[in-house]
Amino acid sequence: MPGLEDLYREIILDHYKNPRNEGEFPSPPAIKAEGHNPLCGDELTVYVVMDGDAIKDIRISGQGCSISRSSASLMTVAVKGKTLDEVDRLMKIFKSMMSISTNSSGETEVIEPIEYSEKELGEMIALQGVVKFPVRIKCATLSWNTLMQALENRSS
Amino acid sequence: MSKTLTTQLNVDQIRKDFPIFNQPEGKPLYFLDSGASSQKPQCVLDAMDNYYSTTHANVHRGVYHIAEQATELYESSRIKVGRFISAPHPAREILFSKNATESLNLLSTSLTRKLLKTGDIVVLSEMEHHANMVPWLIAKEQFGIELRYIPIDDNGYLILDNIDQILKGAKVLSITLTSNVLGTLNPISELAEMAHNEGALVIGDGAQYVPHIKTDVNTLGIDFLAMTGHKMLGPTGIGMLWGKSHLLELLPPFMGGGDMISDVRLDGFTPNEIPWKFEAGTPPIAEAIGLGAAIDYLENLGMENIRVHEVSLMEYAFDQLKSRFGEDIKIHGPTNIADRSGVISFEFKNIHPHDVSQILDQSGVCVRAGHHCAKPLMRHLGVNATARASFYIYNQQDDVDALVDALAKAEAFFA
Repeated sequence: MPGLEDLYREIILDHYKNPRNEGEFPSPPAIKAEGHNPLCGDELTVYVVMDGDAIKDIRISGQGCSISRSSASLMTVAVKGKTLDEVDRLMKIFKSMMSISTNSSGETEVIEPIEYSEKELGEMIALQGVVKFPVRIKCATLSWNTLMQALENRSS
Repeated sequence: MSKTLTTQLNVDQIRKDFPIFNQPEGKPLYFLDSGASSQKPQCVLDAMDNYYSTTHANVHRGVYHIAEQATELYESSRIKVGRFISAPHPAREILFSKNATESLNLLSTSLTRKLLKTGDIVVLSEMEHHANMVPWLIAKEQFGIELRYIPIDDNGYLILDNIDQILKGAKVLSITLTSNVLGTLNPISELAEMAHNEGALVIGDGAQYVPHIKTDVNTLGIDFLAMTGHKMLGPTGIGMLWGKSHLLELLPPFMGGGDMISDVRLDGFTPNEIPWKFEAGTPPIAEAIGLGAAIDYLENLGMENIRVHEVSLMEYAFDQLKSRFGEDIKIHGPTNIADRSGVISFEFKNIHPHDVSQILDQSGVCVRAGHHCAKPLMRHLGVNATARASFYIYNQQDDVDALVDALAKAEAFFA
């Protein structure tokens, strides 16, 4: 059985206790989307301020477990200032790390694993232990799915 | 330091009957999630195995020996269920379904096909499980029935101040005997009497009650009772519904197919007699037989003894949790243990229930974390989720002690 330290790394606990970019932006002009995890009742709202093709600023509000909150916090740090293409790649890397294509629950989407370096992941690598706890993968991906939803709302 | 349990149950002996607690090289298993699904004793597994190994055939069809035996076993389980809840006519008033959810869907569907019409009022409570809420919300959407809810107070009790108004003109009261989150035991017989005075039918959701407390449908004064097998030592895939025979006669079938008809023509059909009118297709035969063995096991222990044991465990758990964690633990529902069934839903400091449950798992302590299929109730409590420990016949002080110790670990971890 994988140990707790695989799941709850120090970085995760830090981002859980001191979430970065927490809060709201007036929307509009910020684009926003709400995400739910029906399994555990986690809810969060992502606010994105765009500057042309890049994410100028991002905030997240809501409530959830340590994994969903810290993943959201880590995501905000990772995507702030990035172009949409860069964000898209980060999302793919993140989902690749979550092994969503090989997840045994059989419920989640299938994506092609991609090649990436640990450097690209940055602090988000702290979340790699989540894979060993399949029911928690949805906690870790909630913020990313919600961000994608927000970006889609923008284009529609 | 700790007082001992008041119990007539020999838990050490009981645990020997459950293979899951006796696995070679098994890690300690502190199973506190019987509210979600109970463990199974060997006799239940054997009963199903024996049926498959020696007398498997479809029921109500063959005239050969093993088919007759299969039918006999299946029907005798029905009678056991009926007697277990003191049904006046056990052989005719018990229907088998998939689970309590299907039993409730059967009722909402059959009632709206015949007895209920647009604008009719169905009364529920705000503490219902989704299984006793969504079927009625579907009926509201499709047939325009109206829903009213009995509210709940901060201690987890139904607020009955305006019950006359709420029940006024109602056609159905459908309510849980005990909350799967709060543990509240509702005053069913009083409510049933009031509802009957308004001419309403009364449906009880017994999923969390029947496995734990001696049930007598006559004393409860209700018209229908939905139950499930897997929370009372039986297998998954078997639910039960009791209904007064004259009402079951009145209701139209739920699903159509084989076994539920007495005649089929190209232009119509004649339904079978009750209870088979409501059992379309090959039923869960092995599961019904396993359930029969589970009922024998429970009756052998004595339902009164089971209740005493669970109350004693709850007193011990309340005591330990409060003395160890004080204000850091918030237990939902009534503080008077006599008013509760054996579930304890709690919030622990500011630690998310998912994290609590994950850390408890490391110590082999199994609790449920989530919204417990009761989202409207969660909203009322102002939480997204809770952790829930629930007790049954095989639980003992060790389980409570392990829970308390594991919570202390969670506290230290997230400090």
